[in-house]
Amino acid sequence: MTQGPTFARRAFVLCGAALVAMPRPARATPEEVAAVIKEVTGGAELKPGRVKLDIPVMVENGNAVGLTAGVEAAEPRCTDLYLFAERNPLPRALHASFGPAAGRTELATRMRLATSQTVVAVARLEDGTFWTDGVDLIVTLAACLE
Amino acid sequence: MARVLLHMKKTAAPGEIVEVKLLISHPMESGQRKDETGQMVKRNIIHSFRCTYNGAEVLRLDLHPAIAANPYLAFSLRAEKSGTVEMRWVDDEGAEGSASAPLEVG
Amino acid sequence: MRRLLLLGAALLLTSAAADKHSGYVDASPAVQAMQDDDTANPGMLWVEQGRALWEQPVGGKSCASCHGAPAAMRGVAARYPRFAGRPISLPEQVNQCRTARQGAPALPEEGDEMLALTALIGLQSRGMPVAVDASGPAQAALEQGRALFEQRMGQLNLSCAQCHDGLAGQRLGGSRVPQGHPNGYPEYRLEWQGMGSLDRRLRGCMTGVRAEPFPPGSPELAALEFYLGWRANGLLVETPAVRP
Repeated sequence: MTQGPTFARRAFVLCGAALVAMPRPARATPEEVAAVIKEVTGGAELKPGRVKLDIPVMVENGNAVGLTAGVEAAEPRCTDLYLFAERNPLPRALHASFGPAAGRTELATRMRLATSQTVVAVARLEDGTFWTDGVDLIVTLAACLE
Repeated sequence: MARVLLHMKKTAAPGEIVEVKLLISHPMESGQRKDETGQMVKRNIIHSFRCTYNGAEVLRLDLHPAIAANPYLAFSLRAEKSGTVEMRWVDDEGAEGSASAPLEVG
Repeated sequence: MRRLLLLGAALLLTSAAADKHSGYVDASPAVQAMQDDDTANPGMLWVEQGRALWEQPVGGKSCASCHGAPAAMRGVAARYPRFAGRPISLPEQVNQCRTARQGAPALPEEGDEMLALTALIGLQSRGMPVAVDASGPAQAALEQGRALFEQRMGQLNLSCAQCHDGLAGQRLGGSRVPQGHPNGYPEYRLEWQGMGSLDRRLRGCMTGVRAEPFPPGSPELAALEFYLGWRANGLLVETPAVRP
């Protein structure tokens, strides 16, 4: 039995299948996100507290998830606020710098969340310290994808 | 078709915290989606935003694809002197948007 | 305030007739909050565009030239679709005005402009009860719509009635199955990340049961929407609604 044509055809089919198979978007891992956060803090200690992340734990549709994040205390003043989505394809969501004319060091917006995950807020205060808050949430998508 | 809705009160007392609410029409295309033909839809998001009040910085934002389409932003400033609150933003294609409103303080 | 009115109306209708309620009641608190706040409701971006379009002359006349201020449209959307020989939807009416009276080309139904105008007009009926008149000669169209609502379709062989009458209130994929009332259209749907018409939603549902969707503006969709409008009578208009 000649092996040549059969082998070539199978290899071709396999390669074709590999090309045709649509890769799902890669997800960030908590380790990658930890590395990204470390870049932000420059390795400084990250303590839980001071910053508050307000976001629902049950999300009906991940396309628009309303949240509020910030540091309530006026002193030491929050200079920077970061938001991360641990299991989105890209972990960074937002970096806010509060300027001298800012009121409360707080921001509300809507995020896009790919799946159930932990959303993390990191705040830098003017004394150089870093603080964090995280919310573990469940994202269910709309049942009928158009 | 960039539409903007800006909500902010027109007058405030000195030192008062004034809420600013902004809705911008923008698809915030994440660059993670595929269209019907299977092609990746090119990323186009508003990536930078800045708000100033009488020239002083209120808020500066770097935005990433994890911010939802038709972005909503709510923040606050501290009223000091009468003047103008200005906002500017730019997306990946270089399209700029802006909004401004007067604030009377007294 | 509006939220209280909506929930109050929903509760009244709940106690009165067969638990009839708006999709608002089935949505999560976060989605409800998005709808309730006009400064945060993305649908209001289209309303804003609608305000500008309302004043814009096309072929020498703007909507305002004949109709005056948008407030003159109070109560209009609540009565659509209206029967005039056949059911006529609000987008179709807008296009009739444009082509016949403004000498302007018809607007594509899912384009921002049509969504903006129908959102603006719909907003003028917000808080008013849906009041579709299906009496007299409209009865036949109503029955045609009802038949479509109850007809099994697609590879999944499901009718609208099976889910939206029979299984309404139960959960599918984390969301509660709504009764399928059109009282908030055009609406901002999180799944679309944008605004869309009732035609779009129905076609999406048909795709969902793996049926070939009726074409936009087709007589089948018109009949179905006429029935849905009548079926929603008494519920308050919520345009521009926000849904998951």
